[in-house]
Amino acid sequence: MALLTMTGIVKTFPGVKALDGVSLRVERGEVHALVGENGAGKSTLMKILAGAYTADGGSIAVDDRPVTIDGPRAAEALGIGMIYQEFNLVPDLGAIDNIMLGIEPRRGPFLDRKAAQADAARVLAQLGNLLPLDRPARRLSVAQQQMVEIAKCLVRKARLIVMDEPTAALSDRETDALFALIATLKAQGVAFVYISHRLEELPRIADRITVIRDGKAVETRPLAQMPQDDMIRLMVGRSLDAHFPELPPVGADAPVVLAVEGLAAATHVNGVSFSVRAGEIVGLAGLVGAGRTEIVRAIAGADVPTAGSVTIDGARAHIHDPRSGIAAGIALITEDRKAQGLVLGMTVRENTTLAHLAAYSKGPFIDRRAENAITTKEIAELRVRTPSGEQLVRNLSGGNQQKVVLAKWLIGHARVFLFDEPTRGVDVGAKAEIYGLMVALLAGGAAIVMVSSELPEVLGMTHRVLVVRDGAIAAEFARSEATSEKVIAVATGVAA
Amino acid sequence: MTAPVPPPAAEVKAGLDERAGATRRNAQRAWWIRLAIAAAGFIVLIIVVNAFSHGDFLTVGNVRNVLRQITYTCVSAVGQTFVIITGGIDLSVGSIMGLAGVVMGIFANAVPLDNGPLLFIVTMIVGVAVGAAAGYINAVPVVRLNLPPFITTLAMLQIARGLAFILTNGKPIQVNSSAFNALGTGELFGQIPYAVVLMLVVVIVFAIVLTRTRFGRYTFALGGNEEAARLAGINTKRTKTLVYVLSGALAAVAGLILMARFGSAAPQTGVGYELNVIAAVVVGGTSLTGGRGSIVGTFFGALLIGVLDNVMNLLSIESYTQQIVLGVVILLAVIADELRKRLLAR
Repeated sequence: MALLTMTGIVKTFPGVKALDGVSLRVERGEVHALVGENGAGKSTLMKILAGAYTADGGSIAVDDRPVTIDGPRAAEALGIGMIYQEFNLVPDLGAIDNIMLGIEPRRGPFLDRKAAQADAARVLAQLGNLLPLDRPARRLSVAQQQMVEIAKCLVRKARLIVMDEPTAALSDRETDALFALIATLKAQGVAFVYISHRLEELPRIADRITVIRDGKAVETRPLAQMPQDDMIRLMVGRSLDAHFPELPPVGADAPVVLAVEGLAAATHVNGVSFSVRAGEIVGLAGLVGAGRTEIVRAIAGADVPTAGSVTIDGARAHIHDPRSGIAAGIALITEDRKAQGLVLGMTVRENTTLAHLAAYSKGPFIDRRAENAITTKEIAELRVRTPSGEQLVRNLSGGNQQKVVLAKWLIGHARVFLFDEPTRGVDVGAKAEIYGLMVALLAGGAAIVMVSSELPEVLGMTHRVLVVRDGAIAAEFARSEATSEKVIAVATGVAA
Repeated sequence: MTAPVPPPAAEVKAGLDERAGATRRNAQRAWWIRLAIAAAGFIVLIIVVNAFSHGDFLTVGNVRNVLRQITYTCVSAVGQTFVIITGGIDLSVGSIMGLAGVVMGIFANAVPLDNGPLLFIVTMIVGVAVGAAAGYINAVPVVRLNLPPFITTLAMLQIARGLAFILTNGKPIQVNSSAFNALGTGELFGQIPYAVVLMLVVVIVFAIVLTRTRFGRYTFALGGNEEAARLAGINTKRTKTLVYVLSGALAAVAGLILMARFGSAAPQTGVGYELNVIAAVVVGGTSLTGGRGSIVGTFFGALLIGVLDNVMNLLSIESYTQQIVLGVVILLAVIADELRKRLLAR
């Protein structure tokens, strides 16, 4: 009798089929590892299990009895506990209050503190009594906060605990402690679904492994029958048949446009050095959280660099904020266009000229004629589908919004373009247009850095691939030698 | 299914030019229609009110009176509009009116200048400097430490008021010079009060600043999406500081109008006025969440509140009831704004 059976789970988001009939079986007292590339569907699947999302199709059974999970409370009642990568603790409450949050024992209308302490103490003893109880959660270490989360699950009588990237922020010693804890709980019959990008740690902890790819569970095997090579092959096993334009080769004598030397920032950028030549696209690959976005943000001045230098066209650029970055010739096309790229309540015209308004002004006054002219020109060149430049950006589709972001940076004649996930949430047609645009920029002698979580894109649209891990560059591959397997192996820490 | 072949860029451009023109024309037409409806509604209202007030409302004297009544609220509300568009709020404007008025009164009495325009101008500069400085102090913790403007301007509300009382020992200051009489009671061509002229100048100048300059555009961008504005290279700190400085400076101008009108500066001048000012901005259609608003709207917001006050006085509605009506009007304005947003979101 299986503890949990998920069968044919389907989940569709606007424009994306996140899950395409996934099935998963978890036995009692088992540690079941879930692996897959960024965006393969692992998190979506677990959010359905935890009641955060509702599936569009498929069925779930617990103890072989069909169940409906229509919210977090339902999941909790079924004995399913979820520990997200971002913890859900109240920062100013202590461990006991956090553990008992929402299930506080009461005596009449009052909280029964003694009963709460007794309940929490029982669970904490199970975990080895390692938590300081007098401290607010925000002053606990990450490992201690994680322990509070585990205690929260146990006090709610969870029989299955889902952990999303639990070791991502732990030191080696803390990881050892966590694994020991998981082993103890497992012996008491608690099952785990363990999501991790760190393939090398799975042999220490997992009983079985399921590989998720493109919204499908492609294979489940016991650990012994799943060597790392197979795991990686199953994770990427997708043909690179997307249509990428021909990239013009970089001339052997092409000058270096961007040179980054020992760049560091408080945002997890630890000594990054690389250079990009005129007409070259360099891809930054790596796992979510590896520090790719942080690297391009530090180059552009979106985050303040703490060490290192950036040189553009041979001249040292002193960049300490986005303004100085733009002045130095850098354009950062951010990954989150709604939060960072656009002012949604402004028109296409106002967004297009926002970063270079001085060039379309006479003194302090905006030159509306010049502004209208450049907007009309960019709408035509980028084929932005909008009734006019006076349309609010809010009302455009994702692809067209992205084109407005591009227009904003294209009118500035930057030397270096940093694209962070340029095609995320963009339909296939707009994708091809964005690729075409990048090629056109190369022809103009620009240097491009592209961050992308889609491996085919990194491999198909770059001259060189840099693999980022722990805020530094772990490996470099020329296009001819880069393969998905090699990149994943470095990104997940399997290979150096 | 065959994908449509995209037309050549030139054709697209020509088509777009045409369509852009058409959209602009449509937008303009919609704007004129709205204005016409609003004007028609206003006229009907005025005629009805006039009938009820037995013809007292539509007299030249009364209209002049209404306009004179709204001058200081409206002038300060212009500055407040900039602040609210950035997503902030300035609670200190009433106290700044009082403080600037007191400083100007003391200054005008102290300097050995004749009663000419020079005294008026120098005094005004001093007052505006005081207001601008208070606005700057409001902005520093907001910009540097990211403190909520609600708190920093609430603190300034108390500080400026306290200073005004200390400077005057709690007693009103009689302004001896007659240099301020023109602004207080004088009329251009014997018809339009100079205070109203000043208000209209402020409204027009800052309507242009908000809609036609980079500073105005950045003000909207800041309220619409501060991070996007920062990443676009906009000096968000400077822009944010400037809007509070502007609000403080215009509150001081409002204080000047008040001082000129009464011929004296009292430390308690402007107590509670910040609420009228904010009400005028909100009733004028500026969104409290930032990113949207207009100076012309604020002018009409102040006018609407002024007319309401006046009408209720003419109809001898008692002041307690007047307060309720004003509260309901503010609530309706915000509800209308919220409904409009929901319509847009669909």
